[in-house]
Amino acid sequence: MAKAAVKKQHDGKLLEVRDLKIEATVYPPGEDPKDVTIVHGVSLTLERGKVLGLIGESGAGKSTIGLSSMAYGRGGVRITGGEVVLNGRDILKAGRGGIRKIRGREVCYVAQSAAAAFNPAHKLMDQVVEATVEHGTATRAEAEKRARALFRKLSLPDPDNIGNRYPHQVSGGQLQRVMTAMALCSEPDLIVFDEPTTALDVTTQIDVLAAIKDAIRDTGVAALYITHDLAVVAQVADQIMVLRHGKLVEWGDTRQIIKEPRQEYTNKLVSVHEIEHQEKTPGASPVLSVQNVTASYGGGMDVLKNVSVDIYPGQTLAVVGESGSGKSTLARAITGLLPPRNGSIAFNGRTLSNALRERTRDDLRELQMIYQMADVAMNPRQTVATIIGRPLEFYFNMRGRERDAAVAELLDKIEMGKGFADRYPAELSGGQKQRVCIARALAAKPKLIICDEVTSALDPLVAHGILRLLLDLQAEEDVAYLFITHDLATVKSIADSIAVMYRGEVVRYGSKSEVLAPPFDDYTDLLLSSVPEMEIGWLEKAIGGRRMASAGN
Amino acid sequence: MFDLKNITPSAWVGLIVTGLFVFSAIFAPWIAPYGKAQIVGGVWEPMSSQYWLGTDNLGRDLLSRMIYGARTTVFIAAMATALSFSLGAILGFAAAVTGGWFDTIMSRLVDLLMAIPTLIFGLVVLSVLPSTVLTLILVMGILDSTRVYRLSRAVAVDINVMDYVEAAKLRGEGMGWIIFREILPNALSPLVSELGLRFIYAVLFLSALSFLGLGVQPPEADWGGMVKENKEGIVFGIPAALIPAAAIAALAISVNLVADWVLNRTTSLKGGRG
Repeated sequence: MAKAAVKKQHDGKLLEVRDLKIEATVYPPGEDPKDVTIVHGVSLTLERGKVLGLIGESGAGKSTIGLSSMAYGRGGVRITGGEVVLNGRDILKAGRGGIRKIRGREVCYVAQSAAAAFNPAHKLMDQVVEATVEHGTATRAEAEKRARALFRKLSLPDPDNIGNRYPHQVSGGQLQRVMTAMALCSEPDLIVFDEPTTALDVTTQIDVLAAIKDAIRDTGVAALYITHDLAVVAQVADQIMVLRHGKLVEWGDTRQIIKEPRQEYTNKLVSVHEIEHQEKTPGASPVLSVQNVTASYGGGMDVLKNVSVDIYPGQTLAVVGESGSGKSTLARAITGLLPPRNGSIAFNGRTLSNALRERTRDDLRELQMIYQMADVAMNPRQTVATIIGRPLEFYFNMRGRERDAAVAELLDKIEMGKGFADRYPAELSGGQKQRVCIARALAAKPKLIICDEVTSALDPLVAHGILRLLLDLQAEEDVAYLFITHDLATVKSIADSIAVMYRGEVVRYGSKSEVLAPPFDDYTDLLLSSVPEMEIGWLEKAIGGRRMASAGN
Repeated sequence: MFDLKNITPSAWVGLIVTGLFVFSAIFAPWIAPYGKAQIVGGVWEPMSSQYWLGTDNLGRDLLSRMIYGARTTVFIAAMATALSFSLGAILGFAAAVTGGWFDTIMSRLVDLLMAIPTLIFGLVVLSVLPSTVLTLILVMGILDSTRVYRLSRAVAVDINVMDYVEAAKLRGEGMGWIIFREILPNALSPLVSELGLRFIYAVLFLSALSFLGLGVQPPEADWGGMVKENKEGIVFGIPAALIPAAAIAALAISVNLVADWVLNRTTSLKGGRG
């Protein structure tokens, strides 16, 4: 009752952040610890029932600002200045007990990785109603009733019984919606969404996005929506705030930010980063020819079913599909990590042995791989020079000065200076790490490089740079790429031919222009229509127009 | 990495005490006032300016025997630890990298060895074999290597699935490079802290064996044996047996302090330097 009265009093402004300053202590290796400022005096206001999108690259401070609305600093981060006024009072001064009363009751949080945010040992319902019951805003029975209504609203399957399942028994997209239900259950005034759809497949993302949008509209809750994807935030937010290096770049209505950005940085984010890529015609003989390959893990279900694709010298084949479609398994079969059960793989005119250990050193050298996660693809205890230099030593027997010169040349090729040779991976940024991995693959002078989602862990602008680099290197070295991705925008800018995979089968295969031209089969249509476009109202149009439900649903 | 400024007080204590023991072990013949088996006075004489720690049950100088004892004890324990680490770590890493039947056979074999209590196993083996320094080192080293094997296999299994190890395998690297260049540097911090603990266990195990009469044989000096030789004196209020016992405890604690510090130093690094 008292809460309702408070609500009426402060109609209008719900959250006001004034001159927020956030600092952290960093411990650079070999140096004394020092304080760095992560957020430099950012202010924002949010009205009741509105959605504010916070966008920026990693390190822009968007999550840090979002979490400050709960007076929380993650990983040793300290809020050192400013005010966070929620419902008319500064919650930074509320003290430990006061904040505890606010969190989970007035502000709730939806994390990026739902799988990591749920306790695997408890049933979903127990976790969904926990905050509500804890704060005493409703009895357990009422809270469960409310939760079931929310499950229904978020179009979860079997809303009456899904609460009895454990987190591992529902899919990733469903879990993300259950977490949204958890946040809404205690009827808070504000929800902080921290990249809720980033970890999901495009086809699943669209469902979760639609569910979140409907839930926000129907419950009238206000939200801070944090993401690095402008196209996604354009679908849900009323206003958008662009951040960079912990400072405000631009703040305005969604329409204004997308249509008429006033700052150069915003313009860079908004403009579509399509690389004009002229499709090449297939050559005479393929460098890699995969024929009717069938493979499974440990004799279980077939993960690859009768897959046949060809890659021509100096060209790019993009393999597209959602997670679980067998894209990465195809890469493992080609590299020999997972010997196929049936079918053959011909490379450069000769048949490759199925198992890795039976392949010749030249076969290994000419077929290189670049991984999605650059930070675990490099030994953290080796310097960049060792990482890039090892293939040179190993395949070409280069030593000493000759090797160092070759390493310097490779560093030059990936647009990084000689000064990086003595760095360790921990001392590089995400984009630089991926560049070093590219250099390591190039060092072997390969004919084919398998790129497994190489840009999906990177910020859009950095990913754009990596794609350009890959294309330049292809022109220079005449190397072919097998490019595995779920991002169709990337495919358009890099591929010469495309294979669309769905549940272990190639459902559509051909040159880029053929595959991306109608008529589409149902799955390709779903994939294509699920890629968010930077256009207000795209979401409703896409949901209305599709012919098949996504698999993760 | 080992910056003098960053050494904690407890680590200093550990380093100094350990250093003292190691120093006396290495330079025993030069710093011991008397020979190790030389009878210099009466039985169980009290501490005096001539015999700093008194004399033992046969009238030998206790300080000299303590110093020679440090030499035997530290040497055997160090060699046994070195053996158990090389054997355990290499086999453990190899099992993790190879997998399959090699891993299964090795791991079950180790389970079998570990199922038998170490002390009893040691007693049985040593009562059959002659108690020379070499057999002692071999028995202790092999028995201890089972523990090291378990730890290094567990650590290496986690590292083996990292993409950089897969990249090395795709490059065609041999087992040697994968074990020593990819896995070992990343498995070092848990192994280093284990090294300290295992050394202590080796000291305690050796002392126990000697106390039971199966370890170092007289007239060689070693702390466990010295406790045994002088234990009757306790009844008469003579502290000769307590001094080597105290030395064992002091060594155990000080090495642990050093190991703790090394562990703290290495785990705070994310990789890279150090």
